[in-house]
Amino acid sequence: MAKYMLLIFGDAAAWETLTPAERQALEAAHADFRAAAGPRLRGGEELESPSVATTLRARVDGELLLTDGPFLETKEGLGGFYLLEAGDLDEVVKLAGMLPEVRAGHSGVEIRPVVDHG
Amino acid sequence: MSDDVVAAVAQAHRREWAQVLATTVRECGDLSLAEECAQSAFERALTVWPASGVPARPGAWLTQVARNLARDELRRRAAFRQRLPLLVTSAVAPGVDAGLDDDRLRLIFTCCHPALAREAQAALTLRLVCGLSTAEVARAFLVSEPTMAARLTRAKKKIATARIPYRSPAPEDLGARVGVVLEVVQLIFTTGHSAPDGPDLLRHDLLDRALDLGRLLHLLMPGDPDVGAQLALMLLVSARSAARVDGAGRLLLLSEQDRSLWDADAIAQGVALLVASLRRSPAPGRFALQAAIAAVHAEAPSWTATDWGEVVRLYDLLLAGWPSPVVALNRAVALGMRDGPSAGLAALEPLSCSPALAAYPYLSAARADFLCQAGRWVDAAMAYEEALALTSNEVERRFLLERLSSVRS
Repeated sequence: MAKYMLLIFGDAAAWETLTPAERQALEAAHADFRAAAGPRLRGGEELESPSVATTLRARVDGELLLTDGPFLETKEGLGGFYLLEAGDLDEVVKLAGMLPEVRAGHSGVEIRPVVDHG
Repeated sequence: MSDDVVAAVAQAHRREWAQVLATTVRECGDLSLAEECAQSAFERALTVWPASGVPARPGAWLTQVARNLARDELRRRAAFRQRLPLLVTSAVAPGVDAGLDDDRLRLIFTCCHPALAREAQAALTLRLVCGLSTAEVARAFLVSEPTMAARLTRAKKKIATARIPYRSPAPEDLGARVGVVLEVVQLIFTTGHSAPDGPDLLRHDLLDRALDLGRLLHLLMPGDPDVGAQLALMLLVSARSAARVDGAGRLLLLSEQDRSLWDADAIAQGVALLVASLRRSPAPGRFALQAAIAAVHAEAPSWTATDWGEVVRLYDLLLAGWPSPVVALNRAVALGMRDGPSAGLAALEPLSCSPALAAYPYLSAARADFLCQAGRWVDAAMAYEEALALTSNEVERRFLLERLSSVRS
């Protein structure tokens, strides 16, 4: 078994302008995904908009530097994540294919294997 | 060393490499280790066979040696408490068709996994399934050897760390997965059929490897209509190879080719495969339609006596299901052959706005040909100059230069 991070990227503006009915459909689809994943689901959250992100770096002299905004200033940002445990990539692809963000047009799901330190 | 042994090893490499590697991968679960061990097994054959004689079943001998080497290495690694191999799931997944329970198919489906980029799929397939050296794969795709080595390493690393499974797909995924494999084989074939750069128009090494792959797939999945159609397409197109370039290395168009040089056996095989594929599948796929077009050409007594109505009809079907600017271009050419040069020019007209065709030399060349037929020599010369500016293949350049000088006079 191996762990995979599912990173849900998309256009924050599109997410913020969902109608209540669309929002409800989105949440129902996520509930279906979580039910299908069952015990393979190891965690996951929806994130607030990238516009309220704070990025932390240090200057050469070691002083902390805070920047208002996400690390990558792109139109599409990280909207949420899941941590899954699965046997192989095909199993993850099959589950992640249920996520509504895969078909929304402005968004997509990046699958990243988690480093196994075991 | 006797030439016989060298030839026997070369033949075994061509025929058995995929089986030797594929079995070793399943046993040791590590693609890179299996690759090294398969390589070593063939090297060992070169030193052992001269004394022992060529074994009755060279493939079994080579597989045994590769497996033993892999086992020894795994034991050594375990002793040094090194990390265990990462590659996973060698067992037959539940639901996989028993007919697909073949190590070579597992290897092919792993190399052509949709999570890998197309160029990585093709490079891996040539290296791991066909057994080409990294240098040979680099030459096939016109990149340097270090670049190709890095590309192969990255792809193998992704298979291991993302855990791309070593198995044949489940029935519900089979169609799509076979489609990817066929795209890869077709890419290798077209790369060999029209080298984009360099002195030779044809790369027979690549054509032969693509045909080998097609035959292997057909052997392993005889009932798959798309596999049969793609092999038919390759056979029908490559049947014309000997007639495509003249003695001086000049490219010959279909209309100029000496049809007696076409390989009648390959055409017969291709047509038979196509007929069988069409019988199996009520809705012909992309490869079946392309093969059908190639078959119409293959069976036509001459260029002018070609059934252009049928060619246009087949291109219409192809365009409806798989629209692409290049297919639209070919359809326009066939339409011009059916209805005359002005109809051809009219059909080409809207395509000149397509950004995908903006740098495509065949569009200008096709326009030039119809302008010639219409007697518009000045316009034709300009169109040939345009095509020349866009092509870098030396054989094709020479061909276009010749056409240009003939319209100027």
